Amino acid sequence: MKVRAGCSRAAGSGQQIMHSYVESFMSKTIQEINEKIKKGSAVVVTAEEIIGIVHKKGAKRAAAEVDVVTTGTFGPMCSSGAYFNLGHTKPRIKIGGGTCTLNDVPCYTGFAAVDVILGATAMPDYDQRNAAYPGSFKYGGAHVIEELVAGKAVKLSATAYGTDCYPSKSVETMVYLADMNEAVLFDPRNCYQNYNVAVNCSDRVIYTYMGRLLPRIGNANYCSAGQLSPLLNDPLYKTIGIGTRIFLGGGQGYVSWQGTQHNPNVKRSGNGVPRMGAGTLAVMGDLKQMSPEWLRGASMTGYGVTLTVGIGVPIPILNEEIVQYTAVRDEEIFAQVIDYSKNYPEVIPGSVAEVNYAQLKSGSITLEGRQVPTGGLSSYVAAKKIAAILKQWIADKKFYLSEPVALLPSVDSGGSVKLMADRPVKK
Amino acid sequence: MPKKRVVLTFPPTLVSHPVTYHLVKDYDLMVNILRGVVTPNEESGLVVELSGAKHALEEGMKYLSETGIHVQPLGQDIKWHADKCTHCTACIPACPTKALTVDRESMEVSFEKDKCIACELCIQICPYRALEIQF
Repeated sequence: MKVRAGCSRAAGSGQQIMHSYVESFMSKTIQEINEKIKKGSAVVVTAEEIIGIVHKKGAKRAAAEVDVVTTGTFGPMCSSGAYFNLGHTKPRIKIGGGTCTLNDVPCYTGFAAVDVILGATAMPDYDQRNAAYPGSFKYGGAHVIEELVAGKAVKLSATAYGTDCYPSKSVETMVYLADMNEAVLFDPRNCYQNYNVAVNCSDRVIYTYMGRLLPRIGNANYCSAGQLSPLLNDPLYKTIGIGTRIFLGGGQGYVSWQGTQHNPNVKRSGNGVPRMGAGTLAVMGDLKQMSPEWLRGASMTGYGVTLTVGIGVPIPILNEEIVQYTAVRDEEIFAQVIDYSKNYPEVIPGSVAEVNYAQLKSGSITLEGRQVPTGGLSSYVAAKKIAAILKQWIADKKFYLSEPVALLPSVDSGGSVKLMADRPVKK
Repeated sequence: MPKKRVVLTFPPTLVSHPVTYHLVKDYDLMVNILRGVVTPNEESGLVVELSGAKHALEEGMKYLSETGIHVQPLGQDIKWHADKCTHCTACIPACPTKALTVDRESMEVSFEKDKCIACELCIQICPYRALEIQF
């Protein structure tokens, strides 16, 4: 298979055939694209490369010639975790309703005998948290996941109350990922479609999940791969849906649902791109296929532990409209600058300014008439690499596109993200 | 005027020793303290920029070593682990001397030891512990 940025064809009659194909092109199906992948004739480019192609050839020709656009993102997302089936002990133990830790990090045990869930933000009971402000949050669930994927041994400690059929009351052992019957990465929310740019309007330094923010708007931190980000290349969720096969943590995973707080009903630009956080994806995949390069435990000073997850989504170029979406550029994607000292914590609407990703990536933005340095939390370098890996997988016929079983709720879905109800509690 | 940026590590017994006084008074050196961690009864560290005549600098350094203070050139003290860096760029605005920079074309982060004053501001910012202090 040829993977290329340009789409030139053989001269002569071949060129004429291509010309008439472009002229008559209306649309193609995922099934047709998969046939091309199988034959080695699919044209795959990254979300960065498609920009120049659409600019040079126009959307109609680009849609006819390009079959898949690959995207990527590598940013921290707290709503990440993994579930495990640890295998039964002899005699058996029912950890369900008991306790379980992995390297002292507590797991959730409200399931069956040896099924546990480990959340990215969980941390050992002995961690001081923010008692010694700002806490350093050196180790938590995300780091356990990274170490397991790296093939390291992890200490499992569990206690149970004991039953006739599960008599053991405690177990302590070293476990490896390979020992587990099932180990599944499951992120209830990831792949945020756009996000806030965080600043601090107060007079003191604050520590947030968006990093350390200096007083009086001393810096501005953003978190999106911009023009490479999956949902910014399919802004109205026309191809990405439940069952979409994706690059996840270095392996192949799936979109399992819309992510929590999926909110399509926000302010959008003419190109359909939301101007603030909007859609999200719930994703899952086999942890045993994944790599520590693409699942990284992260320690946010003063905030907590989180997991940085590599995700890449292929966008099938079904028609001219889809290719036009994928050609979106950083300067056309806008985000809201939010004060994390007051507006964010107090849930007060309002934004300090609106900026685009080309400005953010330049290293400084102008706010209140002066230059403010910008820092990223999502790695563009890694996003680019993920899009390139996914492109190569398709070229190598290791990755085929899947038909979504159902599309995600879009702008016509109504509804919005609600705050928690505040009601008197019955005593 | 010749300058030297050095990291001074004091054993617990020398913490009360007035090093900067002697460097100024006896060797006519200008001492600019870039940062310091001084804790009684524990090993302590001072990052200083010394400037003065070439000969005076040499004599001053000799005095420090003979006193029992460990002297090492600055720049060896903050280590950037390229393999741990994800190139997220969170550290970039924090670095006061532009030792950490990003190529805006490729968005790749790089570290220039010579420009680093070991202020440690980047240490608590890097979520991946790609920057490490080696006092």
